[in-house]
Amino acid sequence: MTALNASGWRPEMNAGGADDSATFTGNRALMLEEPLIFEIGSTETTGVDFDSVVIGRPQVGNLYRDDPIGLPGLSEGETVRHYTRLSRQNYAIDLGLFPLGSCTMKHNPRLNEKVARMPGFADIHPLQPQETVQGALAVINELAIWLIKLTGMHGVAMTPKAGAHGELCGILCIKAALEARGEDRRVLLVPESAHGTNPATAAFAGFRVEDIPATPEGRVDLEALKARLGPDVAGVMITNPNTCGLFERDMKAISDAVHAAGGYVYCDGANFNAIVGKVRPGDLGVDAMHINLHKTFSTPHGGGGPGSGPVVLSEALAPFGPIPYAARYADGSFKLVEEESAGAEHPDTFGRMTAFHGQMGMFTRALTYMLSHGADGLKQVAEDAVLNANYILRSLDDVLEAPFGGSGPCMHEALFTDNGLAEGFSTLDIAKGIIDEGYHPMTVYFPLVVHGAMLIEPTETESKAVLDQFIGALRSVALRAKQGDPALKSAPHFAPRARLDETRAARNPILSWSEPAVAPGEPSLSELGGS
Amino acid sequence: MPRYYTEEHEWIDVDGDVATVGITDFAQGQLGDIVFVEVPDTGAELSQGGDAAVVESVKAASDVYAPVDGVVTEGNGQLEEDPALVNSDPEGEGWFFRMTLSDKSQLDALMNATAYKAFCDDL
Repeated sequence: MTALNASGWRPEMNAGGADDSATFTGNRALMLEEPLIFEIGSTETTGVDFDSVVIGRPQVGNLYRDDPIGLPGLSEGETVRHYTRLSRQNYAIDLGLFPLGSCTMKHNPRLNEKVARMPGFADIHPLQPQETVQGALAVINELAIWLIKLTGMHGVAMTPKAGAHGELCGILCIKAALEARGEDRRVLLVPESAHGTNPATAAFAGFRVEDIPATPEGRVDLEALKARLGPDVAGVMITNPNTCGLFERDMKAISDAVHAAGGYVYCDGANFNAIVGKVRPGDLGVDAMHINLHKTFSTPHGGGGPGSGPVVLSEALAPFGPIPYAARYADGSFKLVEEESAGAEHPDTFGRMTAFHGQMGMFTRALTYMLSHGADGLKQVAEDAVLNANYILRSLDDVLEAPFGGSGPCMHEALFTDNGLAEGFSTLDIAKGIIDEGYHPMTVYFPLVVHGAMLIEPTETESKAVLDQFIGALRSVALRAKQGDPALKSAPHFAPRARLDETRAARNPILSWSEPAVAPGEPSLSELGGS
Repeated sequence: MPRYYTEEHEWIDVDGDVATVGITDFAQGQLGDIVFVEVPDTGAELSQGGDAAVVESVKAASDVYAPVDGVVTEGNGQLEEDPALVNSDPEGEGWFFRMTLSDKSQLDALMNATAYKAFCDDL
C-alpha cells in the first residue's frame, strides 16, 4: 500500500513513464500539452521584423540596459496558439456549471457586453469635460437609483471597486459618523458565520475584532451579541444570507439591539443574489451594505473582468459617503460632486477612495442586466437561485451530511460536511474527484464552523437537466469516498495535471521562471540571445 | 513534568516557572499538512485566550491561543524553516513558544491527558 500524505499526492506521480497510455508528444488528442512561453520561444529569435536599431547616446543615464532582456521571441501565430492552448485547460462559466459557493458565478448575458462596448461608454475618458459625457453620468445615476430602490436605503456610494473595497467604504462611513458624534468606539463584532474579509476590513480600518458565536442551527447567537454590546462597540458586520447558506432571520432584532446600544450595522451583501427583489436590507435596519455588481448583477466574474462594489447607506451614514458621485440637477443635467463642490453639497464626506467615478464598464453591464430583467425578473432570479440550491441540498443530503439541513430551507447555497466518509477520505478528495467529472470544484473548507465544508451555489442560471447531471456526478464521487475507493485518493486522473503536491507548492513556491542551470563552459540562453 | 491541554487544542508543559506551548497531535491531524507557522516575538505579553501564534495548513489558517497569561521567552525559530515539524512531532520538536506563567492557578482549569482524550473523542 502506497503511503499517502494528507493531501493525497504520491511521490511517484512526478516520476512519469508509469502511465502506459502516455503519448509521444504528451498531448491527449484535443487536449494539448503546453510548456511555459519561455520554454517554447527562444531568446535568439524575434516575432517582429525591426530594422536594425542604432542606439545613440542613452537618455536615461546609468539606467541604460546593456545586458540582454531575455524575452522569448515568438511569432504571432505561435503566441496565439500558446494562449489558446492554455485557455483550453481552463474552466469557465461559459463551459459549464460553476458551483463555487458564496461567489455567484452566473451567466453573463451577451447583451451586457454589447452595451458596454457602445462607443459612448467604452471610448470616453474620466477627465473629459462633463458636458460631453452626460449619458455616462446618467447611467451611473440611474444605476444608483435602482440600487437604492432594491435595498430600501437612503444613498449609495458608487465608487468602491469590489466587495472588500466596499466593506472598507462602509466601515469608513461608520468611523466618520462616530467621529462626528465625538465618540471613541473601537470594537467591531463579527459573527463566525460572516465572510472572511469582514474581520480583515475591520482590522484594517483600525477596529478591534471580536467574534460572536453561531448557534447550533448556524445563525448569529442573538443573546451572545446582545450581551457584548456596550459603549465601546462601534457596530457589527453581518453577512446575510450568511456563509452557512442561511437567512439571518433575527436581523431586525440584531439591528435594533445594535442601534439601541449606539452602534451601526454593516451587512456584507455578497450574497444579495438570494434576496434581491424579495427583501430590502433597509427594512432590516442595515446602515451600510456593499453590493457586488460582479456577482448579483452579472458583470463578468471569475477571470472575466474587474469587480465593482457600490455601498448603499442609511440616512444616518449617507452624509459621510465618499466623493466623487454623479448628482442630477433640476434642469436634468448631471454633474460630478468633487472636492471643489463638496463643501456646499456634501460637507461631511469622509473623502475619496478612488481616482475617478468607479467601474464604468461594470455600471453599464449591471444596468443592462437590471433593465433587461425588470423588477419582476430580478425577483425571479432570487427565487430560482434559492430553489436550485434547495434542490441540490435535498437531492444529496442522503449521501452527504447537511449540517444545517434541519434549520429549514437554505438560501442561495447548500452546505455539506465530510463527516461519514471512509477512513482517510476527506472533502479534498471529493473536490478532486469532481474535476474528473468535468466540473470546477465547489468552495471547500469554508465556512470554518463545520468539518470539511463543501459549499455549493448553483445560481439561477442552471436548468434542471444541468443540475441533475451535477447531482449525479457528485453523488457518485461521494459514494466512492464513502466506500473508500483508492483511485479517488489520487484524483483527478483526466485533468491536464494529476493530483498536485499542494503542500510543497505552499512551502516552497516557485513563482517565476528561471533559466535552467547549464553545464559549465556552455553559454546560457540569455548569453546566446545577446548578439 | 505535568502537561495540560486546552479546548482549543494547545498543549502546555510546565517546568518550574517556564512553560512550553504547542498544538496537539489531534490538531495537526485536523489541519493537515502545515505550510507556515508564525510564532510570537520574545517579550510579547500574552493573555489567556488571546492570539499568540498563527498556523497555516493547506486547508486553512488558524490562530493559536495563549493557554495562560505570561510573557514569551522564546519562539521556536525552527518552525519557520521547517513547518512540517508540527506534523511530524507536534508534541515534541514542533513546539511553538516558551513563556513565563503569571498566574499558575490558571492551570487548574485546563485538562489533563485523560480529560483531553475524552474531549476529543466527543468531537
